[in-house]
Amino acid sequence: MGIFILRRLGVMLLTALCLTFIVFFLTNLYPNLEKLAKTQGNFRMSEEAVESYLGDRGYLDAMPVKFGRWVGVVPGWVTEKVDDDGNPIVIGRCFARNTPQDQRAKFCGVLQGHWGSSTVFKTDVGELVMTRLGATGKLMGFVLLLMVPMALGVGVLAGMREGSRLDRSLSTFSIATTATPEYVSGVIFIALLASSKNGLSPLLVDWGWMDAKTLFSGSATRAVDDATFKNFFLPVLTISLYGMGYIARMTRASMTEVMTAQYIRTARLKGVSFGNVVMKHALRNALIAPFTVIMLQIPWLLNGVVIVETLFNYKGFGWLLVQAASNNDIELLLAVSVVSVVVVLLTQLISDIGYVFLNPRIRIS
Amino acid sequence: MTKLDYDGPILEIDQLSISFFTRLREIPAVMDFSVTVQPGEAVGLVGESGCGKSTVALGVMQDLGKNGRVVGGSIKFKGRDLGTMSMEELRDIRGSEIAMIYQEPMASLNPAMKIGKQLMEVPMIHQGMSSSDAYERALQVVTDVKLPDPKRILESFPHQLSGGQQQRIVIAMALMSEPSLLILDEPTTALDVTVEAAVVELVKDLGKKYGTSMLFISHNLGLVLETCDRICVMYSGEAVETGRIEDVFDKMQHPYTQALFRSIPLPGADKNARPLVAIPGNFPLPHERPSGCNFGPRCDYFEVGRCDRAKAIPMETVEHGDRHESRCLKFDEIDWDAPLELGEVKQKGEIGEVVLSMKNLKKYYEVAANAMFGGGSTRVVKANETLTFEARESETLAIVGESGCGKSTFAKVLMGLETASDGTILLDGEEIQDTPIEARTTKNVADIQMVFQNPFDTLNPSMTVGRQIIRALEIFKVGKNEAERRVRMLELLDLVKLPREFADRMPRQLSGGQKQRVGIARAFAGDARIVVADEPVSALDVSVQAAVTDLLMEIQREHKTTLLFISHDLSIVRYLSDRVMVMYLGHVVELGTTDQVFSPPYHPYTEALLSAVPIADTSVEKQHIVLEGDIPSAMNPPPGCPFQTRCRWKSDVPGGLCEKDIPPVRELADGHQVKCHLSDDILSKMEPVIKIAAQ
Repeated sequence: MGIFILRRLGVMLLTALCLTFIVFFLTNLYPNLEKLAKTQGNFRMSEEAVESYLGDRGYLDAMPVKFGRWVGVVPGWVTEKVDDDGNPIVIGRCFARNTPQDQRAKFCGVLQGHWGSSTVFKTDVGELVMTRLGATGKLMGFVLLLMVPMALGVGVLAGMREGSRLDRSLSTFSIATTATPEYVSGVIFIALLASSKNGLSPLLVDWGWMDAKTLFSGSATRAVDDATFKNFFLPVLTISLYGMGYIARMTRASMTEVMTAQYIRTARLKGVSFGNVVMKHALRNALIAPFTVIMLQIPWLLNGVVIVETLFNYKGFGWLLVQAASNNDIELLLAVSVVSVVVVLLTQLISDIGYVFLNPRIRIS
Repeated sequence: MTKLDYDGPILEIDQLSISFFTRLREIPAVMDFSVTVQPGEAVGLVGESGCGKSTVALGVMQDLGKNGRVVGGSIKFKGRDLGTMSMEELRDIRGSEIAMIYQEPMASLNPAMKIGKQLMEVPMIHQGMSSSDAYERALQVVTDVKLPDPKRILESFPHQLSGGQQQRIVIAMALMSEPSLLILDEPTTALDVTVEAAVVELVKDLGKKYGTSMLFISHNLGLVLETCDRICVMYSGEAVETGRIEDVFDKMQHPYTQALFRSIPLPGADKNARPLVAIPGNFPLPHERPSGCNFGPRCDYFEVGRCDRAKAIPMETVEHGDRHESRCLKFDEIDWDAPLELGEVKQKGEIGEVVLSMKNLKKYYEVAANAMFGGGSTRVVKANETLTFEARESETLAIVGESGCGKSTFAKVLMGLETASDGTILLDGEEIQDTPIEARTTKNVADIQMVFQNPFDTLNPSMTVGRQIIRALEIFKVGKNEAERRVRMLELLDLVKLPREFADRMPRQLSGGQKQRVGIARAFAGDARIVVADEPVSALDVSVQAAVTDLLMEIQREHKTTLLFISHDLSIVRYLSDRVMVMYLGHVVELGTTDQVFSPPYHPYTEALLSAVPIADTSVEKQHIVLEGDIPSAMNPPPGCPFQTRCRWKSDVPGGLCEKDIPPVRELADGHQVKCHLSDDILSKMEPVIKIAAQ
């Protein structure tokens, strides 16, 4: 097991390195850098000024060198120049202006824990990413809490009698939810449940069943610190429904297969009642396959998070990604992609290990 | 619930008809089927696959699925009609009054539930036992089915037990609440012969002990002879003959029964005096049954205008015997004692030069001791230990042994799918043991070919038959162009006696026997000189086996092929092979000509193997030798003689030699070698296992 995990971690690191290099390469193309220089300096900068701004800050060095600096294996750039007043100054990647020579750090990159600073939020990227990731973690946690039991329930109910009316209606429901992207279902939910002019809320107010203006809140901004059912349920439901259909379909397929297995016939011909056949004999066997699917679904959910957080203005990780990308915040974007890669690969590792513990045939061989 | 007291027959099936309904049509699976099982009686239900015998069993259980329905007749259990019972009543009966034992024990046990829980469930449901009482009961029944260490077994998951142990658990489960009727659906098909013998013995003993009636479903006539009092032969959904075992076996009154007996090799009979006679044609599909007698088109006694008139043929009682019935219009006209018309006796080809020779071949596999946690020590699986033998041109060398004895590993090494760990394989004087198949010359690959066990999986389902054979020709570089190869392919189809139109058919349109013929054609595409036939007929129906076996022998005669025939079926081995090699746990324990191996002195394992084979002949008397326990794992073989853990002669070897040393190879007679410590005088005292009673 130890070797297996080590090997997987190695592969994970390598994948993360490759993927970040691609992101690094794309974000460090010249037009991007030019835009960066102009937003940071002055929009009417001359071409020469842009060149010197970028050159001073090491942006024009070779791509591998720049990447090495960001990772922290190549010494950071140091530029000596004269400021507007004619005083000699030293600027560097790894130290503040005019730090005495003996206190200057040589390397500063991800390895040293320096993720850079965000040009949009004007703070340290590492800290920013961690707080936003925490907020998204909360969202995802609630999504899993809602999605997994619902999906397994729907799947098992549909699969226990293949082709029955219950099966067909539940299957239609799960296909419909999976076929509706979050940006469609989210908008529908807001229009129906979170608008004071349309949908359900004005009706409820009319009938005097509700004091508040809307049933749910269309914005989840406040939920980061203070989540309530009202402001948090809609984003959670939007993501859950999308993922649920898929898991439910997988569970159903697994369940129908188990229900035709010979040991189910054995149980039936032992005189076990239908309910007990499902609960005692079929359930555990039917849940082995969906477990992998659920774990595979987590990185997929990250996609949904981007859309839903933007839609509901929930300031989490996905929202951060959108901000970084649209504002050309290179270092923030890099940090966000590294974290996504690690999250995806970690869930896969957990799923592989968990599978071994769920299936007795693998565990004790 | 309390059990009913009832004196009449346990099970009465009267003119039962069962059909399956598909979108297209109604498919009758069982028609006009009647059978009665008296208390304590064992009735055998025999027939080929697709004849409806399992459907009868499920019909009794009233578990025909969504598409199946009883369309006529009745099934009465202790006088109560099962068809009119409610679901609750049926549930009460299932598992407590009628229990079933299934074909594949692994698939019939819940993989994620401990054995103990699965067993305890039965009395907890039916007798409302507390779980501690149920545990006691489970412990007792597991002891009854002779499993070692019952407490540990109850705590294990099914995959931790061997196939034989699993089947014993399935039997234990069926016996948990002492049912009145036990339905056994091919209970030993998935098991090895020696394990099968032990399971059959157990079922017989327990049947007597608990006074259970049995409905024993099998395709193996020999097994039915050993276990049952009465037999019912089925063909294409109908019972064709039923009666006491002795009546049906010795005074058969239906052409199908007769043809069936003529198509299986009996070890008591001489292969020249009683050659195998294949039943011509194929088993009719359920929706393509002929009018009149279902067996008509394949019957030797067929009479146009009489047997094919579209009128149901009734079961008629035969004069002699006890409730002996036959579904044949002509049974009292046919001379049942007429001797078999002997076809021309074919001369076997002269055995020629040595083609293949193996010396001290060893194949070891290294496996990690713990697959998941990697590292640690590795264990060595000794799949083949010092194999030494020669095979000559036009010779049939049979390799016999149970699963795990290393016969498939040996075939893999010979084919080049694995390379040998030690020793040499000489093909025409050339060493090939270290050459993997990718590195072998085309001629070498074409020379050694294989016919596989399961024809259903070895043909590509999306390629026509002709295309697949041409593909083999391309690989063997036969023929200059497509046209030449096509001609050669058609010749190959002629060789295996398939109509040329089959070239454009898809494998799914072929029956099992026809698919196996395609497999044989493919093997002979490059004029193979050595053909490894790995259980080539064991997946086929009895009536087709003979035809495929004959075909192989005929091709061998024409092509002077060396046939390495891997099989566990000693009857067929005796019928067709020149020499026999018996393997156990990677060792060759006995090697000699067929007569030498099949007559004493035997190696103790050969003796047990011979005794375990069920023989469908009432005139044969067999010594009863039941091997205790399972085959030891090749990962952890016993010290000394590999067979010592199950050998009944072990006490005759002084000084505990069997547990210390691997016995040396001894030459008993010219070409007859045995790996055993037994002294000559004990070996010479051995009695033949199979004796034919004086007629």
